[in-house]
Amino acid sequence: MKITVASGKGGTGKTTVATNLALALADDHPVQFLDCDVEEPNAHIFLKPQIGQRKSVEKLLPKVDEHLCTRCGNCAEACEFNAIAVIGKKVLVYNDLCHGCGLCKLVCPVGAISEIPHELGVIESGTARGFPFSHGLLNIGEAMATPLIHELKAGIDPEALIILDAPPGTGCPTIAAIQGADLALLVTEPTPFGLHDLRAAVGVARSLGVPIGVIINRDGIGDDRVERYCEEEGIPIVLKIPFDREIAQFYSRGVSLVDVLPEWRERFISLYGMLTAGLVSDIPGERRAQNAPLQEGGGK
Amino acid sequence: MRLCITAKGPSLGDDIDLSFGRAAYFLFHDPKTGELHAIPNSPGAHGAGVQAARIVAENGAKTVITGSVGPNAYRGLVAAGAEIYVGAEGTVADAIAAYKEGKLPRADGPSGRGHGR
Ligand code: SF4
Ligand code: SF4
Repeated sequence: MKITVASGKGGTGKTTVATNLALALADDHPVQFLDCDVEEPNAHIFLKPQIGQRKSVEKLLPKVDEHLCTRCGNCAEACEFNAIAVIGKKVLVYNDLCHGCGLCKLVCPVGAISEIPHELGVIESGTARGFPFSHGLLNIGEAMATPLIHELKAGIDPEALIILDAPPGTGCPTIAAIQGADLALLVTEPTPFGLHDLRAAVGVARSLGVPIGVIINRDGIGDDRVERYCEEEGIPIVLKIPFDREIAQFYSRGVSLVDVLPEWRERFISLYGMLTAGLVSDIPGERRAQNAPLQEGGGK
Repeated sequence: MRLCITAKGPSLGDDIDLSFGRAAYFLFHDPKTGELHAIPNSPGAHGAGVQAARIVAENGAKTVITGSVGPNAYRGLVAAGAEIYVGAEGTVADAIAAYKEGKLPRADGPSGRGHGR
């Protein structure tokens, strides 16, 4: 079983849900936690992992030998990301656009392109409260988050119950984190902005064929539009976390709800029971997860 | 001297398009001869700024008049040897007039945020 916790924007309580779910389930299930929010990972604040391993994630960036280059433009023509351009007398390589696919090097007729490893970030792995934990840290100024997410997912134990904290938004990194999940838990707030971002996130999960459950955080601060939307769309609301001073204070101190409020531990455990019992429409139960180990989606 | 102005439409009466990389049209204009040539932009999902800089370079404009320019476009335009004037507003004709009067600041670095990713 692989559960991705996602949201259309940051700051909705996505990490609260992911970390509490992991902590509540870890006693009875082989939880593995992946923080894929590589631009702003913060699950470690709540899970306090002991990091044992660090691994650098690199891409191969083309480097052009200006003396060999004939300015033929083949490389720029071939690159679908506009990451290399021949402008005037110069060949420019754009690190932030380059996917490191190596095509430009292949098409260069004079062998002017070599490749140099360029670090995008690191993956740190270890143990948090007895279960495997890993997170990715994108280097400052790097734009390519997706390779780190693929690297994190490559470390998935097929036997484990995966809880994956996805990057907020609807771009490539979010898609990479939702792809291949058995279930996307989309966290939102009951406000017009929350609804807007939820719609976008629902669009992503649906396009990937991943079943959805919605969690409303700070319930009570807004209106019922999110609920009406979910009803119209036939999307189950699987949990509501009220807007509550006590909860907010625990959060700000890096304390997990399930550690201090036993009723929340029960709620997260029964949430998981509900998800796997198939009470939530078209969410595949554990049966499928056991019979067919998760396949990683294709993706770049 | 050939100018490139980013515009929402193909004529001098159309409004300036404030974003260089994702502008609807590039208007190439020579104020001396009155020559006007509009190229519609079709920015892809990736590297719109780079692509736009290539269009400017290929059409031989050495002066760009626009609203703002992102980091990737800026680098491309510098490589193309173009001077970039930002902060243009109103119609294309207004912007050309403002440029001629020296009212537009010359960009010495990227102004807009890039849309690279
Ligand atoms: S490695 Fe691929 S993405 Fe990077 S510049 Fe070359 S062709 Fe483009
Ligand atoms: S393909 Fe090779 S020779 Fe041609 S422009 Fe690119 S680097 Fe230069």
